[in-house]
Amino acid sequence: MSAEPLDTREVILEAIDLTREFDGVKALDRFSFKLHRGEVLGLLGANGAGKTTAMNCLLGLTLPTSGELNAFGLPLQANRIKILQRANFSSAYTALPGNLLVWQNLLVFARIYGVPNPKKKIAELMEMLEISHLSKSVTGQLSAGESTRVNLVKAFLNDPELLMLDEPTASLDPDIADKVRKVVRKVQRERNVAILYTSHNMRDIEEVCDRVIFLHKGKIVCQGTPADIVAQSSSDNLEDVFIKIARDGELLDEPKKESAV
Amino acid sequence: MNFRIISALVMRYLFLYARSPMRLVELAFWPVVDLVVWGNVTVFIQKNTTPEFGSYVLFFLGGMILWDIMFRAQQGVAISFLEDVWTRNLLNIFVAPVRSSEYISATFIVGMLRILITAVVLSFISWFGYAFNIFQLSWWLIPFFLNLMLFGWSLGMISTALILRWGLAAESLAWAIPFFFQPVVAVFYRVEDMPAWARPIAWCFPPTYIFEGMRSVMKSGTMNWDYLGYAAGLNILYLALAGWLFVWVLNLTRKRGLLTKFATQ
Ligand SMILES: Nc1ncnc2c1ncn2[C@@H]1O[C@H](COP(=O)(O)OP(=O)(O)O)[C@@H](O)[C@H]1O
Ligand SMILES: [Mg+2]
Repeated sequence: MSAEPLDTREVILEAIDLTREFDGVKALDRFSFKLHRGEVLGLLGANGAGKTTAMNCLLGLTLPTSGELNAFGLPLQANRIKILQRANFSSAYTALPGNLLVWQNLLVFARIYGVPNPKKKIAELMEMLEISHLSKSVTGQLSAGESTRVNLVKAFLNDPELLMLDEPTASLDPDIADKVRKVVRKVQRERNVAILYTSHNMRDIEEVCDRVIFLHKGKIVCQGTPADIVAQSSSDNLEDVFIKIARDGELLDEPKKESAV
Repeated sequence: MNFRIISALVMRYLFLYARSPMRLVELAFWPVVDLVVWGNVTVFIQKNTTPEFGSYVLFFLGGMILWDIMFRAQQGVAISFLEDVWTRNLLNIFVAPVRSSEYISATFIVGMLRILITAVVLSFISWFGYAFNIFQLSWWLIPFFLNLMLFGWSLGMISTALILRWGLAAESLAWAIPFFFQPVVAVFYRVEDMPAWARPIAWCFPPTYIFEGMRSVMKSGTMNWDYLGYAAGLNILYLALAGWLFVWVLNLTRKRGLLTKFATQ
């Protein structure tokens, strides 16, 4: 966590009353937040809470039904290309073409992003993620842990100032998940990257995120540092908070409210 | 052999057909295309009983090679796009700073490279195997190639737009679309051999002028220059329409949130 307080830091990404409807159902409902330079913001919530929809809107893949989106101080839609040049994305649910070798895929994206000295950059990143030996492997034959890390190399290629990671640790074993968290943390600290992070793994969230937002049916239920949220709730840990919100859609139980009266 | 198991597997395929009407349409589409093309070829042959008809047979080879040029150009665009869909790479491209025009241009170039390979292979084989020299078209070949390539690109963009809109259910369109046009663009027979009602339709598409031109050049060594002008003009029109359709569908997909659903499926 950076020492500088959030409210004096540059806002990298900002959503104001972001709403997205699918067939009359609100996947996101007046969702507002700010992501600051160097901050890691976790988006949490049950399956279908709207996390991926939020990321897709932020990446310009889906247009919001209403609301405003700014990145680097610029309106998103009108400046998509400029913004995407300074951002990157990785998800457990996308892949690089499986029939190409790892280095071929990475070289293509390095050229798209205009990375100076691409071969050196790719080698450095692969070394950092401990996958240098995979350079000549066929991308489609990698294990889940390997392909996640290759995807991360792609995501780091352009030294993004803004990184969106949608469930980067999904389907990883605890050892690899731990490595991925450490690398994300390291890159984030060294380069002061702003990261929007979704995960269903509370360990991830506690270790990686400076701040989290809990979503339920597209609405913010609560936000704060992981420790603050646990303290505010009637639960002892983030996992229980998650389950509580997923089932009841709110942070506090009735009994606790009553006892507070 | 267990009949219950066999019937369960058959049921599975029937469910599949019921859920994708495209497959049923295809079942009728390809035989109809074949029937119409060969029916018209038969009419063409029956109408031409002159002694020099033997040399006309070479028109078929020329038509086939030039047709393939157009088909490969269309495939270059449509299959390149599908390749990104199949490999779940589309999202990576759409979140990279890539403009639609840049993406489409890349597929155009792939289309062009595919043509070069097809053209070289086919001209060799037809020369050695059938003593058919495509280069008898000499310099005319260049405008023929260019015009067919441009129309192939347009068809490729239309195919891509349809797949973007309807997802992989429309995948077979990538192969079928050029063949919608095959019966009406006079590939293997002259426009005058077509039923009268189909002739005005034929003249709406640039390839018709090219295939008519090809036959004229093969017969007399020259062709109607106006035809090249019409073909080029129509091509520009179709390219603009197809490009507009592609961008329109892309925006629609963003608005409906379909892009991601189908890029990660
Ligand atoms: N393209 C789409 N069309 C229709 N509904 C969608 C689409 N994308 C997402 N949804 C719906 O929006 C809601 C939020 O989904 P999503 O953002 O994927 O949730 P999460 O990532 O939090 O699991 C879900 O109810 C989902 O079914
Ligand atoms: Mg999701």
